[in-house]
Amino acid sequence: MFGKFASLHEAYGRVRQAGADPFGVAFDEVVSPTTARIGGRDILLLGTNNYLGLTFAPEAIAAASDALHRYGTGTTGSRIANGTYAGHAELERRVARFLGRRDAMVFTTGHQANLGILATLAGREDHLLLDADSHASIYDGARLGSASVTRFRHNDPGDLARRLRVLADKPGDRLIVVEGLYSMLGDVAPLREIAAIKRETGAYLLVDEAHSLGVLGERGRGLIEAAGVHDDVDFVVGTFSKSLGSIGGFCASDHAGFDLLRLAARSYMFTASLPPSVVASVMTGFDLIDQRPQLRAQLSANAARLHAALAASGFRLGPSVSPIVSVRLRDPALAVTFWNRLLSAGIYVNLALPPATPEGESLLRSSVSAAHSFAELDRAAAIITAIGQELGIAGPQAAAAESYVSAAD
Amino acid sequence: MTEYDEMVGAIAEVVRSLGKAEVPAGLVITDETRLADDLKLDSLAVMDFVMALENRFDLVIPMDELTEVVSVGDLARLLLGHLKTQSAG
Repeated sequence: MFGKFASLHEAYGRVRQAGADPFGVAFDEVVSPTTARIGGRDILLLGTNNYLGLTFAPEAIAAASDALHRYGTGTTGSRIANGTYAGHAELERRVARFLGRRDAMVFTTGHQANLGILATLAGREDHLLLDADSHASIYDGARLGSASVTRFRHNDPGDLARRLRVLADKPGDRLIVVEGLYSMLGDVAPLREIAAIKRETGAYLLVDEAHSLGVLGERGRGLIEAAGVHDDVDFVVGTFSKSLGSIGGFCASDHAGFDLLRLAARSYMFTASLPPSVVASVMTGFDLIDQRPQLRAQLSANAARLHAALAASGFRLGPSVSPIVSVRLRDPALAVTFWNRLLSAGIYVNLALPPATPEGESLLRSSVSAAHSFAELDRAAAIITAIGQELGIAGPQAAAAESYVSAAD
Repeated sequence: MTEYDEMVGAIAEVVRSLGKAEVPAGLVITDETRLADDLKLDSLAVMDFVMALENRFDLVIPMDELTEVVSVGDLARLLLGHLKTQSAG
């Protein structure tokens, strides 16, 4: 049964040999949105997607605590059985209002939102067109359904248009799926161009704002707001587990009939609903996004600061300045060593290795929070730079040194 | 040279040009060459490399049709099938 995992076992073994297990870090204590403790040491959290730092917002904790006492620890049931409380329905109205959409459905996780929506919306004769760098949950949802699935080159409207042209004579509907902010390199989708193709071809468009909700747009509504393409987007998917600091997923739409998916999307129907305490903290999170635009301004300033510092040190980074700042490395072994050195120095970032990464690169992925101070970010950049220089990755000779390491590997 | 041989040749060329496959020195890529076992292409690398072929031949190959593809020959037959349907349509 486990024989087929031999190569994974071997690769995982190699990663762990270098020190700590990057995929099994356990924080003994998390004391703030930016600090955890492991083995009695403070660790600066620089890879938690906690974009607005709301996990410790006193208002959210108070609301969650009150709901916990009033409604208990869990719903013990699915949305279509006993698991819908007034709070779930209220949260759905809140999501719809926040995004300016007619309806919204709340799922127990963001992953389940993509599973349920993609597998259900696109049927046997339909065509799903996915950006090649889409999140695993998008691929999973596509595979679970019965539509024909094709991927287009990442952020390449020309390739998307070409594929729609080839499919033009085939029956069925077309659903284009893109993300607002891509989680590995922090690059944004060329949404205006994609929306134009959608209009020209009569396709439907779904945007997953998992990393962009609360982050992009003048009012934090996401890339759809930032790009000004509200009316071109048919379905908005997102999560409560990043900028909103909790857990859960949603899909919102203006289409009449959207509500029927409640009786068709299996990941909505056959899983327990969100605990009332979570629903309460998410509701408060939406209030805070509206009440505190300064959080978004701070996040943006923080992202620019870390990005500028690491770019000045000569690291290769993603194409856009966003709260996701990834140092791109060609050599996985070097990335693992770098990651371990950072953790030893008290900095936690994410390690992302191929095949989960674009273009087969290895990434040290940071995500910046509005809760980081400039002092914390400057210290992190200084430590990342110092270790990078020791490993021959940062500095003017960086590119040559790294290609040397890769070639020698 | 048949269109099948030509397609096998085109696939071999794309495999080499993408530089993702570990093509052992001296290996001649034939229709019997296996993508995963012989060229060490993981599932994602196969998808990327098929994307290059789709662009070259102006095709769209649904992802589920790739699950049956083991060898270069399987892929050549799949691409030829699509080329025929497309030009017929």
